[in-house]
Amino acid sequence: MSSAWDVTHAVRPPRAVFVNFPLNHETGKPNDPALQRSILLDAFRAFETLWAPGQVLTLPYVWDPADRSWEDTDFGPGVELYGVGASMQQGFGERTLGRARGA
Amino acid sequence: MPIAYIQRTRERYAQYPPYKWTLNTDAPWTPLAKPLRDCRLALLSSGGFYVEGQPPFAEGDVSHRLIPKATPLRELRIYHHGYRDADADRDPNCVFPLDRLRELEAAGVIGALAESAVSFVVTYSARRDVHERAPGIVADLKRMAVDAALCVPV
Repeated sequence: MSSAWDVTHAVRPPRAVFVNFPLNHETGKPNDPALQRSILLDAFRAFETLWAPGQVLTLPYVWDPADRSWEDTDFGPGVELYGVGASMQQGFGERTLGRARGA
Repeated sequence: MPIAYIQRTRERYAQYPPYKWTLNTDAPWTPLAKPLRDCRLALLSSGGFYVEGQPPFAEGDVSHRLIPKATPLRELRIYHHGYRDADADRDPNCVFPLDRLRELEAAGVIGALAESAVSFVVTYSARRDVHERAPGIVADLKRMAVDAALCVPV
């Protein structure tokens, strides 16, 4: 799975599936099991349709049809990339998943 | 349109020496010998997931964790540097789709889910990935008799 088209093309894995979502959502949006299932079912088609090494199957999902501005700004200067805790900005940190906290 | 992450990374970290991106001119290829409904599939994740009770990862860690496929996601933990894990924190399935893969196994879409998923963290070193991290993962995948792997980088 990939959401970074240029990085994946540089690495050239045997088979790749591109989903144009913000990084860290390669298999869907949180708490949207129907979307997650749909992306996986489509991704599995890569095993049948990609016939030569290094090909990338692009899936047609759109993160937000009403607002594509994230593509212009995401990962740019000043955009916070790391986790929700300040400790993540300073380096490695152990996170406890929300579900485990009972959130 | 896809974001030019290599260019944006160069701009974002302009004060650091340029990152040496992996650039491969060819790709390995193993044909899938049978339909996916007859294959054993493994989930691989660079998301730093491990199970409560396992040792967490550390900086520059090339080890990996095996996450038994029946593990409830509430028992997962994340130890990672540098990814936006707020949504993974709310629902790991957006980068670690273990719930969905269990459902697709039950539905017969995949023949079987490998007995464990595999997870690891970033090291910023392709050399260490290839020579220190990958051999152990490959050995575990072979031991689990995996036919195909779904790799989800973060």
